[in-house]
Amino acid sequence: MFKILEAEKLSAAVYKQVIYAPRVARSCEPGQFIIVRVDETAERIPLTICDYDREAGTITLAFQPIGVSTHKLMALKAGDEIADFVGPLGRPSELVTDDFEEVKKKKVVFIAGGVGTAPVYPQAKWLHDHGIECDIIVGARTKDLLILEEEMSKVGNLYLCTDDGSYGFHGVGTAMLEKLVSEGHHYDLCVAIGPMIMMKFACMTTKKLGIPTIVSMNPIMVDGTGMCGACRVLVGDEVKFACVDGPEFDGHKIDFEQAMKRAAMYKTEEGRRLLKFQEGDTHHGGCGNCGGDK
Amino acid sequence: MADVLKKVPVREQDAKVRATNFEEVCYGYNKEEAVEESQRCITCKNAKCVEGCPVSIDIPAFIAAVKEEKFEEAFQVISKSSALPAVCGRVCPQESQCEGKCIRGKKGDPISIGKLERFVADWARENGIKPAAPAEKNGKKVAVIGSGPSGLTCAGDLAKLGYDVTIFEALHKAGGVLVYGIPEFRLPKDRVVGPEVENVKALGVKIETDVIVGRTVKLDDLIEDEGFDAVFIGSGAGLPKFMGIPGETACGVLSANEYLTRNNLMKAFDENYDTPIVHGKKVVVVGGGNVAMDAARTALRLGAETHIVYRRSEEELPARVEEVHHAKEEGIIFDLLTNPVEILADENDWVTGIKCIRMELGEPDASGRRRPVEVPGSEFTIECDTVIMSLGTSPNPLISSTTKGLEINRRQCIVATEDTGATSKEGVYAGGDAVTGAATVILAMGAGKAAAKGIHEYLSAK
Repeated sequence: MFKILEAEKLSAAVYKQVIYAPRVARSCEPGQFIIVRVDETAERIPLTICDYDREAGTITLAFQPIGVSTHKLMALKAGDEIADFVGPLGRPSELVTDDFEEVKKKKVVFIAGGVGTAPVYPQAKWLHDHGIECDIIVGARTKDLLILEEEMSKVGNLYLCTDDGSYGFHGVGTAMLEKLVSEGHHYDLCVAIGPMIMMKFACMTTKKLGIPTIVSMNPIMVDGTGMCGACRVLVGDEVKFACVDGPEFDGHKIDFEQAMKRAAMYKTEEGRRLLKFQEGDTHHGGCGNCGGDK
Repeated sequence: MADVLKKVPVREQDAKVRATNFEEVCYGYNKEEAVEESQRCITCKNAKCVEGCPVSIDIPAFIAAVKEEKFEEAFQVISKSSALPAVCGRVCPQESQCEGKCIRGKKGDPISIGKLERFVADWARENGIKPAAPAEKNGKKVAVIGSGPSGLTCAGDLAKLGYDVTIFEALHKAGGVLVYGIPEFRLPKDRVVGPEVENVKALGVKIETDVIVGRTVKLDDLIEDEGFDAVFIGSGAGLPKFMGIPGETACGVLSANEYLTRNNLMKAFDENYDTPIVHGKKVVVVGGGNVAMDAARTALRLGAETHIVYRRSEEELPARVEEVHHAKEEGIIFDLLTNPVEILADENDWVTGIKCIRMELGEPDASGRRRPVEVPGSEFTIECDTVIMSLGTSPNPLISSTTKGLEINRRQCIVATEDTGATSKEGVYAGGDAVTGAATVILAMGAGKAAAKGIHEYLSAK
């Protein structure tokens, strides 16, 4: 069992929890993720690492409840325990593993969208801790959905944007990037993490601007160790496993259309199970959508 | 008196009924049946069956005890050699091992050694009998990576010799392929696998789940920081293979590993569990091994019309005869001498069918089996909404790529000697699928056993 030390709501959609998991905290690096299984009947769900404290033995998660298992996690409070917490999974970010002298020369811009802001934070923080300056664009639909503003402002030059103009720059993150480039900023690398559709558009923009781009894929997976192959992504002509080959890939080579379709593979059944979890056995049949009356 | 040339038949759940549930197919022997069957054994002095057993169970001795209804004694005889008798009695390919060598089998049916082993193990569990207590602790620590058949066996043997053993398991539950791979209807989890894992723990073995060696902790750290004197790697098979044909990343195409893990480990067949599974109406399973049979029979139980597509003929099916027989009885359709060439999908990228080509058998290949060759112009399409690829696995690089001085071969398998499990790295031993590639439960157990002996010799000499 793994104890939750802190739990709080970060925004209208995103929850933060600090979990005591000393083995994971000792070995994780920016770019990696973990899998939780909340209780005996829960799914194994991959979640990004938002922060870690090796001394305290803790991992900070930031997640957006979507299915039954993430809703179960959301309902837990400080002092509660979760059944399983395993990681770190995936490969560390290349910023961390590449030759430091080469990384030092790079001007990096991060584009973070929604809950994707969480995995960007440890990368930006790592650069900051190693004396490398970076720009960070954080975007959200509206002001209430922005997270980690204070933390991000301490580790890089932060540019906030909202789609509806309720806070910061009025527009999406990629529009902010285009503005920065037009104002004379030069970037050697872009790291874009967020919803699939956001990463897709970020890659279209950076391709046009000629900026190499890394994205972090979050496909469906079960074990996270390479065993199930559910997390297959098409990178150029190659099929890669996000859990062992990724989760970070060259964004200009990713087939996002395919990835988005695969992400929806279990949508109907997950939705049906969530409804049952939230509303109990209220299913009457007849809506013709879920097939539950057949 | 019954015909001594014929084995006592074993009762099974009716094929039509079991095709709709996940209850165990085979009921096993009851006491009377077991004793009757045991009496057919002629207790050979030079017992060939023992030679056929990868863990060298003293088969005539345990059967002799069954004859006298001394079931506890029979269990202790088996336990000396095997930590997982209830599992092996169910999933070992006895026909090619102990039973394949049985002298009785020369004229009639061999003794049903597997069914007798299963009876003894089930009887011991139901009567609360545990394996004999281990020797005094010798103060030496051994780490075992993976809690599958090889890891449990190696850990159990070392604990019996007095070692302080910790198993590190990547998943949340101990058992490896016994819990994620083999389905409930062949190997009940709570009733059979769970108690056998508990028996290994009763020997003093600690199991730490949720630890991925190579990620959570490196193998070298186990030796350098955590004070383990030796390490056994029994990390299992690894990454599922795909065919590399067009359309393979479409929705509804999955590996047998994923399908079985969702159903067995995550219990997706049970509405009370959150993990979803694809409920196909028509499922095609590609491959002819035991895993393919397991996937097909699972799909059938989840309500699908299920086909096995295999490129060679029935004779070459690598699955156990019993599994093929059960699958046929339950209504699995076998499309043999058929090979997929493309997976077809609709505008949402969901599978709509699998395009195949007919094959015929040509000259024998390197494996000695006749090589299947395409029949030109014979392409046809099987309509389906789910395709499950069961083509074997390639080794997982997580440990080999993060451990200094651990030699791997061209197929990326860990190199280890057969008799002791020793690898190229001092104090590190390996066995099971991580060394051989995908094989059977009992071969992995045999390797775990050999490595326990190897580790004991190494640490005793140190």
